[in-house]
Amino acid sequence: MNGSGLILGIETSCDETAAAVVARGVDIRSSVVSSQVDLHARFGGVVPEIASRAHVELLTPVVAEALVESGAEGPEMQAVAATVGPGLVGSLLVGVAGAKALALVWGLPFVGVNHLEAHLVSSFVEDPTLELPVVALLVSGGHTMLVAVEDVGRYRLLGSTLDDAAGEAFDKVARYLGLGYPGGPAIDRLAIAGDPAAIPFPRALLDQGYDFSFSGLKTAVVTYVRQHPDAATEDVAASFQQAVVDVLVAKARRAAREVGATSIALGGGVAANSALREAVLDACTADGLAAFLPSRAMCTDNAAMVAAAAWWRLEHDGPTPLDAGVEPNLRLPVV
Amino acid sequence: MNLVAGTTGVEQTRALAGALSGLARAGDLVLLAGELGAGKTAFAQGFAAGLGVDEVVTSPTFTLVRTYPGGRLRMNHVDVYRLEHLQEVIDLGLAEMVDDPAVTLIEWGDAVVPALPADFLEVRLAYGDQAGDHRSLCLRTVGPAWAARERALGAVLAPWAPARGPAC
Repeated sequence: MNGSGLILGIETSCDETAAAVVARGVDIRSSVVSSQVDLHARFGGVVPEIASRAHVELLTPVVAEALVESGAEGPEMQAVAATVGPGLVGSLLVGVAGAKALALVWGLPFVGVNHLEAHLVSSFVEDPTLELPVVALLVSGGHTMLVAVEDVGRYRLLGSTLDDAAGEAFDKVARYLGLGYPGGPAIDRLAIAGDPAAIPFPRALLDQGYDFSFSGLKTAVVTYVRQHPDAATEDVAASFQQAVVDVLVAKARRAAREVGATSIALGGGVAANSALREAVLDACTADGLAAFLPSRAMCTDNAAMVAAAAWWRLEHDGPTPLDAGVEPNLRLPVV
Repeated sequence: MNLVAGTTGVEQTRALAGALSGLARAGDLVLLAGELGAGKTAFAQGFAAGLGVDEVVTSPTFTLVRTYPGGRLRMNHVDVYRLEHLQEVIDLGLAEMVDDPAVTLIEWGDAVVPALPADFLEVRLAYGDQAGDHRSLCLRTVGPAWAARERALGAVLAPWAPARGPAC
């Protein structure tokens, strides 16, 4: 094994086809996400959003772009990594098969990565000085979970959603209000002009445990709009957003207190929401905690976090056997 | 044949779905229809609980498919809300999924009927005409698999028969 410390990471668990080269788990040399680059112009062909076929078409150009941008050649890598779960089985298979093939050709070890762990590790990529223990709030379209990170590899799942993920609630409410897709940024923008206290939407499970429930909030918005067709959309958006943010922040704060955490870290697509970022920052300031707010590029699914998590996993567990499969229902490894 | 039921809230919708799951067999397909917040995921949660799944059943909107192996029958929980083209449904392998020894529930499934086998139970959930949490459910069998169980369906739904029968 060479000592370059470079890992090529591949992420295909959901909509995004992504590849990145990261040195020693912290130094991002390149990070390419299919939806963020003009692959259509550069490589031709259509770029459909969903299904493994899209990943098959995009994987090779995305990996090639990540290598070119990193300035390194494939065989200079120390390992090739891919997300093995959780996610769609067909989509996962594309990334894992691709990573294994490259590992074989270049004579390198393969490392299978848990997508959820990758999101948690992403905080340490952008802020290697982040003090432990951290309470991580991972909020995206597919996940909403609160995790006590005692160390890289040592996680305690405090709670997760019982129905809809927070990002899903944003997207569905946005579509219902006719704001288009993606819904998170649309509500974020519109809410600035609205009154967050205009409508008292429910805050489910606010003081109970660490699990979340956003299904009832979504239904409450629909019911309210049906009964008040003339309601100002800005007020509905702002009040809805405030209800989500209140629950997320209250639980993260309470968790940090009970766990004795020194900081709260945000992750996932909803971490880009400006009201949530502001509320986390305010809460941390009030409670004497450090706040970690990821860059926009690190919020959404990317492969830099996969390569970073692979570095830690390679050090702790060694390579993943090439006959290991994908795990669509993979959970966070907890202590 | 169409069957009507009414529930007073999400807990009753789950209970009805749990009772209905007792009729499910391997290879069954159930389409869940109805607007946002009508209770499609709640129905799937109750159905899974009835099968004996002890995992938390969450919305599959973003993951598209979640599989729950823990019950009497394996349950595939699918959501096509985010898909925009029938080709994507075909790419997802829904038809093959239904061939599995599992019961498959598809949220917003009424939108992708041309990509599915013509043998399913459609459950359409709607907000009740009373304000609040009331829901009406309209069940429609398409094809032989569920048509053969219409009498049993009627018996299962009896506790939730609406006092006055709205058409469905």
